[in-house]
Amino acid sequence: MISVIGLNHKTADIEVRERLAFNGPKLEEGLKGLLSLPGVKEVFIISTCNRVEIYLHSKNTVSTQVIRFLSEFHSIPEELLKKSLYILNGLEAARHLFRVASSLDSMVIGEPQILGQVKEAFEFALGQKTTGPIINTLVKKAISAAKRVRTETRIAENAVSISYAAVELAKKIFEDLSTKTFMLLGAGEMAELAARHLISNGVRSVTVANRTYERGCELAREFNGRAIRFEDFPKELVHTDIVICSTGAPNYVVTKADMQEVLKERKQKPVFLIDISVPRNIDPAINELDNVYLYDIDDLQGVVDSNILERKKEAEKAEKIIDEEVEKFQKWLSSLDSVPTIIALRKKAEDIKEAELRDFFNKFPDIDEKKKKAVIQLASTIVNKLLHPPTAALKEDSEDRETLIATIKRLYSLNDEE
Amino acid sequence: MATILFEIALTFYFAGAIVSIVELWLGSKATSKPVIYIAIAGFVFHTFSIILRYIQGGYLPITNLHEASSFYAWSVLLLFFFLEVRYKLGLLGCFIMPLVFILMLSSSMLPRELKPLNPVLQSYWLPVHTFLAFLGNAAFALSFVIGIMYLIQEHYLKSKHPSGLFEKLPSLQSLDEINYRLITIGFPLLSLAIITGAVWSETAFGTYWRWDPKETWSLITWFIYALLLHARLVSGWRGKRAAILSIIGFSTVLFTFFGVSLIMKTYHAFK
Repeated sequence: MISVIGLNHKTADIEVRERLAFNGPKLEEGLKGLLSLPGVKEVFIISTCNRVEIYLHSKNTVSTQVIRFLSEFHSIPEELLKKSLYILNGLEAARHLFRVASSLDSMVIGEPQILGQVKEAFEFALGQKTTGPIINTLVKKAISAAKRVRTETRIAENAVSISYAAVELAKKIFEDLSTKTFMLLGAGEMAELAARHLISNGVRSVTVANRTYERGCELAREFNGRAIRFEDFPKELVHTDIVICSTGAPNYVVTKADMQEVLKERKQKPVFLIDISVPRNIDPAINELDNVYLYDIDDLQGVVDSNILERKKEAEKAEKIIDEEVEKFQKWLSSLDSVPTIIALRKKAEDIKEAELRDFFNKFPDIDEKKKKAVIQLASTIVNKLLHPPTAALKEDSEDRETLIATIKRLYSLNDEE
Repeated sequence: MATILFEIALTFYFAGAIVSIVELWLGSKATSKPVIYIAIAGFVFHTFSIILRYIQGGYLPITNLHEASSFYAWSVLLLFFFLEVRYKLGLLGCFIMPLVFILMLSSSMLPRELKPLNPVLQSYWLPVHTFLAFLGNAAFALSFVIGIMYLIQEHYLKSKHPSGLFEKLPSLQSLDEINYRLITIGFPLLSLAIITGAVWSETAFGTYWRWDPKETWSLITWFIYALLLHARLVSGWRGKRAAILSIIGFSTVLFTFFGVSLIMKTYHAFK
């Protein structure tokens, strides 16, 4: 049976997640410890800052033992654990992993890191040899489901943070950011973050104008740019294509008349103004001017919100893909039952027998009826006697039946997957 | 045979126009790939139909309005392929295809008979003059379409609600720059067409300029694009204003092409 026991950002707050995390050497110990529990055949752990999940393949329900193990291993009271843990079995567990890998269960839907984290966690478990045919296939299917979601939906497109939204807009105004000049007017955490995103997207010419000149110099060094005195920024505007403004001033530091003058001097070359100060520092009426694009913090938030909405819509499509993939996985699982394997094995043997007999009778067309019957009889007996031991072994309800089935399928290349 | 090829091309362009509209309606999922394949297929048939007609008539088939608008559609598409290879402007194909289809449709509804060439037109100036004019006008048609794309993209940015086609449309800067480049191609071609026309007129009628409506309207068109270039270079009329001017410029091109030929008395009437 496949099952998952875990918690995530929705069911547990950060303190609990921290305590349950499998970091560094703990991961190896945890995997080995869980594998040694009675009934556990395969195990694999995903441990990120937003979730800790243990995927198990076991003979029967092992959740009680696993919870006890976790409680002892991390010294967390069982009561506390039980409040935040979820336990899913069978296909529900598979569906959960598929959704996690596809980033449908993430805090920010569509964020790309989780798939890499799943792969890493799996490779680690693979290296520790704590997984087997069932978990290996489960994870591989989860990864391919996630890839389908990535390529067939637009879940990972569109910026969902303010600073990324600013970069995306800049790229639709200017073709090549590396030829553009950028000025950071004032400083502040969010302004710096947005500046960093612009620079990592190619902006090279950076000017910093800050009220405290020294702080401005510091930032300029960090961005490989130059600092100017705050009073000098209006002159600099003429040569600036992108401005991020966050001065903390109580009034507008750039007015519409200022901007009209600037535009005239720069021969109407387009300007992108990003005003993330509250109260606003750039007169909103400036947006009415041609060739100026002014976005304040609410505008950017609006862009982000509609992108998030878009992602949620895409998530619905993604759920359908997950349904399909879960169904495929179920088919694979049920093919591991002994009955279909026995049938497939018999069919394979019968097919070979039929083909060989046909060949034989073609070679000797004038063979008489009696001999013909005897040859058929002989072939059938050989087939049946050869097939008897594996069939019997498959029918037996042994510990390692699934492994046996997988092995037989491989030996006889009985691939019933589509 | 030329007619059959023409009809096949028309059918492809019709399909291309429909697919374009569907793609644009899809918004953020739009792509111009299928449209481009359809356009290439149509273009191949179209090219053969023009070649065949050239062989049958013995002169460049741009002497009646049917031939002229078919040839116009062909030149627009030819120039579009160049742009597509060079710049890959997202969705340009979806915007250009309906225009190509409309030109081709107008062509299909006009009388098609192949008549012996008017002796006045029998001159080596015919292919030179007309080819320059058509290529120039094709550049203006593309600049018109790119102007529309600019206005749409600018609207998304100004409205603060970028959605729909926003993601797929090119940046304002590249739309504006390519629009400008097209006009710097179209304008000298139009100028040369007017000059060669004047020279031809001198050899044929003994006068450089006869104030024929076509000549007048070509001059008006020339002034509009001259104004556009001047305003851009001198007072920085770029972006939105340039886009609007290129749309106005193209409407005079269309009027000169169809309006003057159909409504007014002109020896340029493609008859």
